Amino acid sequence: MTQSHVYTILLCGVGGQGTITAADLLARVATAAGLDCKISEIHGMAQRGGAVTTIVRFGDSVSTMVCDKGCADNIVSFERTEALRNIEYLKTDGVLVVNDEEIKPLPVLTGKASMPARSKEHLEDLGATLIPATSIAIEAGTAKCANVVLLGALAPTLPFDMALWEDIIRANVPPKTIDTNIEAFRKGAAYTQGA
Amino acid sequence: MVKQLLSGNEAIAQGAWEAGCHIGTAYPGTPSTETMETFAKLPDVYAEWCPNEKVALEVAMGASAAGARVLVTMKHVGVNVCADPLFTAAYTGVNGGVVILAADDPGMFSSQNEQDSRYYAMASQVPMLEPADSSEALRFTKDAYELSESFDTPVMLRSTVRISHTKTPVETGERTDVAVKPYESNAAKWVMMPAFAKPRRKDLVKRIDSLKKWVETCPYNTVEQGDSSIGIICAGSVYQHVKEACSTASIFKLGVTWPLPSQALHEFAESVEKVYVVEEASVYLSDAVKACGVVLDEFETPLPPDGEVHPENIRASLGLSLPEHREAATDVPGRPPALCPGCPHRLIFKELSRLKAIVTGDIGCYTLGALPPLNGIDTCLDMGASVSMAHGFELALKGTDHRPVVAVIGDSTFAHSGLSSLVNTVYNKGVGTVCILDNRTTAMTGQQGNPFNGVTLQDRDSRELDLPGILQALGVDQVTEVDSYDMKAVRKALKEATLHDELDVIIFKRACVLLDKSPKPTMFVNGDCTGCGVCKTLGCPAISCDPETGISAIDPTLCIGCNQCVQYCAFGAIEMREGGAN
Repeated sequence: MTQSHVYTILLCGVGGQGTITAADLLARVATAAGLDCKISEIHGMAQRGGAVTTIVRFGDSVSTMVCDKGCADNIVSFERTEALRNIEYLKTDGVLVVNDEEIKPLPVLTGKASMPARSKEHLEDLGATLIPATSIAIEAGTAKCANVVLLGALAPTLPFDMALWEDIIRANVPPKTIDTNIEAFRKGAAYTQGA
Repeated sequence: MVKQLLSGNEAIAQGAWEAGCHIGTAYPGTPSTETMETFAKLPDVYAEWCPNEKVALEVAMGASAAGARVLVTMKHVGVNVCADPLFTAAYTGVNGGVVILAADDPGMFSSQNEQDSRYYAMASQVPMLEPADSSEALRFTKDAYELSESFDTPVMLRSTVRISHTKTPVETGERTDVAVKPYESNAAKWVMMPAFAKPRRKDLVKRIDSLKKWVETCPYNTVEQGDSSIGIICAGSVYQHVKEACSTASIFKLGVTWPLPSQALHEFAESVEKVYVVEEASVYLSDAVKACGVVLDEFETPLPPDGEVHPENIRASLGLSLPEHREAATDVPGRPPALCPGCPHRLIFKELSRLKAIVTGDIGCYTLGALPPLNGIDTCLDMGASVSMAHGFELALKGTDHRPVVAVIGDSTFAHSGLSSLVNTVYNKGVGTVCILDNRTTAMTGQQGNPFNGVTLQDRDSRELDLPGILQALGVDQVTEVDSYDMKAVRKALKEATLHDELDVIIFKRACVLLDKSPKPTMFVNGDCTGCGVCKTLGCPAISCDPETGISAIDPTLCIGCNQCVQYCAFGAIEMREGGAN
């Protein structure tokens, strides 16, 4: 990491999957590490089950809040087809972490379109780390913390101490869910480090 | 002081609060909504949702005349609604400071157009501040109250979706307690009839002159002297994109986008070899800079005339290299937004589609009823237009053998501007069917209160307006109330209303599913499914079908057991899961 490098992380998924919560935790980690940070999210109509993206950018000094094509250091996708939809935003040497799940959009449910063939193989060819975030989250305690499993999978590729991540998670999730979220985070991190 | 990450909307609310603002008025609208929601939660303020933006600004002007500082927030199209009081408020000026947020939506993430609110500032001759991040949003808003009171004018504040919905580090401060100023009757200032408006017009002309002098040296416009070969004039979030795309350029960052600092812009233009304006979805700024007499250079590759401008567009226009990237996958299906599982609007649109009605729609979640497979809406123009456009359709089709004309409008939109449209239809003895989809909330913007659900912004006591009573009082003879989940009752009500040539209003009532997220018993598909496919024509995200056999399945993690699909299955193949909630 050069002093002036600004990290760009694109989180994508389907409205309601918790991308914004994950992005907020990441931004809090970056801010706690003393970095400038911007999070850009799109609300409104897209939230009704549409495709959503949240951009987190951090570094010594951050200008734009959007991510151009070929500019994301990391993409964390909460769903396989959304990873494919957003792949043009990833740097050619960027890191791709994908929840190994598919959610069918309405045109597919109603038979007007079909899911991409071999999305898993396509993503593997692109060098993605495919992670069964929901089943790992269930092992940790609840499917609801799949987003924190994905953060865990992202964490080892970013320049922050794991202890800082855990402090931020402890301080920002509901008190009753702290242990589950920490467990989910560690399992996610272990998955990437083992991969 | 520790910096917090605040969205532009949160920072604007904080800035108003720190300035001692007493009262907030608004109608919700993306991307502005969280501003008033945040303000309402701060101590020692009064905030309310109004039925529409015109009312919000008028309440604000009353409070200002009486001496209070007021914040008014709205999305860009809301400024159209309050344009009437805005233009004359520029004449009356203020007593307590008035700040009006117009949140624009370049790229139309959640809007029906991408109009530029700066034209309103120019046209009404009200100064406009335009922050470029949350820190500026706080500072500009806070200062805007002093500006408003010292120049005796409302002040507009423009944000865009990338300012309103981007969190950036902000240093917050304490509230300055500001007393409500004394009110003294002054007809010459507050009664805008010709005799008084003419002298106020002259005062406005003088004010414009003093604003133009002030803006030359005000602290909100800044010049970043860089490479003298290229100069860029920009404002707001576009400034951040310019910095990203071309950090070495000389930049004139406008924090006030009306009036413009003519002399300072000339000096900047002379200090650089080439000077460009970079802006998005509009030519407001380039036209305004040209009107100052600054000769702009033109990009060889022009910026996109519509939609957002991103750093890559600016780099392309400047002939700078673009990063390499992979090609997007071409076989990815679209993922349009959809009505939620269990949404009470779904069945209404299914029935309207079945009726082959001409449906004039309106603004809200239910606009999604226009999308496949429901395909249940013919038009959507602006708030309230469903009712008035239906009347227009009926006028034009009168005497012809036409499909039934049905207007569809939500409860909050009906309160916003559907009421006056319906008054027109009744008064002119219009016919047709008006469906009020009463889902007990303003759903699309995040479940806000409105006059027909009796929920107020700060949870104060309210009075829920009597919808059937109001309709009857307006003189609508045929008013029916129907449960939106009851397919037979919905079908019967629509059939009866559309059979005869009179004005009918049907209130379809059922609460938005997002108001009650408790676990519900879910449905499943039993062995009797024949794969006929009727259930999937409801467009419910919980229902899928096997592409080979056509046999349906229901996702228990999405289903909320609303029972709509059960009523459409002729084979009794959809049942409630034993054991209740998932």
